[in-house]
Amino acid sequence: MTIKRTAYDTTALTTQALLAGQQGNSPNILLVDNPVVSTLTRAGILTTTAQNGLSTGAIAQNILGAGVMDGKTYGVPIGANTLALYYNPKILQAAGVSPSSITNWSALTAALAKVKAIGKKGITFSGINTEEGSFQFLPWFWGAGANLTTLDSPQAIAALTLWTTWIKDGYAPNSVIQDTQTTSWQEFQTGDFAFGENGTWQKALAAQMGADVIQIPAENGGPAPVPTGGEFFTIPVQKDTATYATSAKIVQCLSSTSNIVTTDNTLNYIAPTQAGQQAQVSADGTLQSWVSAVGVAKARTGDNLGTKYPIISQQLWTAVQKAESGAASSASALQAAQSAATAGISK
Amino acid sequence: MTAGRSRARSAVRHRDGAAKAAPSRARRTRLRHSTQWAAWGFIAPVVGYLAVFYAYPLYRNIDLSIRSYTVASFITGDAPYAGLANYSDIIHSSTFAPALINTAIFVFASIALQFTIGLALAVFFFRKFPLSGSLRALFLIPWLLPLLVSASTWSWMLNSDSGIVNALLNALSVGPVDWLTSPSWSLASVLIANIWIGIPFNLVIMYSGLQSISTDVFEAAAIDGASGWQRFWRITFPLLRPVSAITLLLGFIYTLKVFDIIWIMTRGGPATSSTTLAIWSYQLGFGSLLPDFSSAAAVGNVLIIIAVIFALIYIRVRSRLEAI
Repeated sequence: MTIKRTAYDTTALTTQALLAGQQGNSPNILLVDNPVVSTLTRAGILTTTAQNGLSTGAIAQNILGAGVMDGKTYGVPIGANTLALYYNPKILQAAGVSPSSITNWSALTAALAKVKAIGKKGITFSGINTEEGSFQFLPWFWGAGANLTTLDSPQAIAALTLWTTWIKDGYAPNSVIQDTQTTSWQEFQTGDFAFGENGTWQKALAAQMGADVIQIPAENGGPAPVPTGGEFFTIPVQKDTATYATSAKIVQCLSSTSNIVTTDNTLNYIAPTQAGQQAQVSADGTLQSWVSAVGVAKARTGDNLGTKYPIISQQLWTAVQKAESGAASSASALQAAQSAATAGISK
Repeated sequence: MTAGRSRARSAVRHRDGAAKAAPSRARRTRLRHSTQWAAWGFIAPVVGYLAVFYAYPLYRNIDLSIRSYTVASFITGDAPYAGLANYSDIIHSSTFAPALINTAIFVFASIALQFTIGLALAVFFFRKFPLSGSLRALFLIPWLLPLLVSASTWSWMLNSDSGIVNALLNALSVGPVDWLTSPSWSLASVLIANIWIGIPFNLVIMYSGLQSISTDVFEAAAIDGASGWQRFWRITFPLLRPVSAITLLLGFIYTLKVFDIIWIMTRGGPATSSTTLAIWSYQLGFGSLLPDFSSAAAVGNVLIIIAVIFALIYIRVRSRLEAI
């Protein structure tokens, strides 16, 4: 049997997968970004694991979460990545800040003040008006105890106010409003920034520049829940259902422990199974902090939000933009977001 | 035309000999039919091309906008008929008014400045002087660069913290401006970039328009003692009117659908401060993880309607100009 691989840009992949589904020529196996699984499920073009026979037993529940809708599972994760706080040890040392002391928001803000006092820049993140902006804001949003079903809760306002205060006080540069995760990383790479919120995928580059990593703190201490990134193997609906067995065999082979560890090491992912994670950590001890970060991560489309998430997320990043740029206060931006999200979901 | 002429000729022959007409009439009808078929054969590729690449997509876009498509009904194709509900939704959306106003400001400010600067440069370069050729070529550079390159460069130059523009302002001890990240500046920033990109087009067209004006008119005016200013307003400008009209119409349509520059520089933000109708349509259709094709198509159709209205205005203006 020959396997033909077709690659697409992430942003074009959703539309492409929908068009293929419409024309009835979906691929046998589709690897997609995890929040897209819920969109494609809603479109009815993915099979459940009950239909295609994939086993999900060994996979960590929180990583599998993005593929679960109404109790049914629609694929298996290839690996997970998430966000953490990279820091520049040289700057923290010069400012007299110990990385281990940063366990809650007030400790972090105090550290940013010390960094600013020695003439360095505080923190950079991506606050852009796309999905990336929501992805980067969620650790703070969830870390305050807010819930995506209530965007205008006092906890949500506290999280957004944390970001806007950093920008206003000069702890974060104004450019975070238009920074993607890549441009925000480039800012961190200049070596002027003490902290940079970024993903697992930058760990190789971080090691090169001597940067280290801590988990993002929650408002009142402990690690904040972070959103899972990463992709899912899915098996789209076919006219010939006999192909599912073969497709499932291929997916099981690609996601077997030895194969997935190689893949995940190459793609800077953390394996979705305990066996895979152990294999990764025993080969490279520095991955331990990422394994614990992924351990507290949760799916954006989880909590059974499914396709409500994209609607909520769009309103969330809009509110973040309004508050960051000073077009509205955190509270009124989030109130507007909540009413727009409610209207969007009921439509 | 061919068919009409052959019909006239056969009518003449009819009068000559009605008696022997019976057998030859059938042959002639056959002949006429075959020429008609040939004519259709020649038109067919164009008609087919127009139908496949223009009429059908337009029909699909209208169909998308008057049905209520979700991702599920996009696959199954059984979206319920929604009438004008999508249009009413977008008009009542809180994004509609800012997007429409931004589009209007963006289009009219772009065209006004592109056209004025382009015309001024065309008149300037029309009087040949040493190095005028190379200078004129330099002005074409924005046109030659891929939009991705020029928009990215503008966005680096206008970066709040590390951009060269703010560094320059700082050297002149003027406070930094948040070009792309402040709601009051973002539209102005994308406007500046778009005007810069549009000047060469206006320059080239107006320059070729100037070349078509006979030099005798200018000489006559100079002999009559008209000043440079008078020559421009009373000769150059009126004689350039047909060229100006088409330049303005093309500029209007190009600017109405500008997407890349804004998307690369601000993604329509912060909030909706630089969102135009084109950006909004993209955001609805492709900007989120859950595409809303019907609303995106409705916004797209609004853009088409605006373009058609201005094209009709152009046709009326042109016919009035020709009547004079």
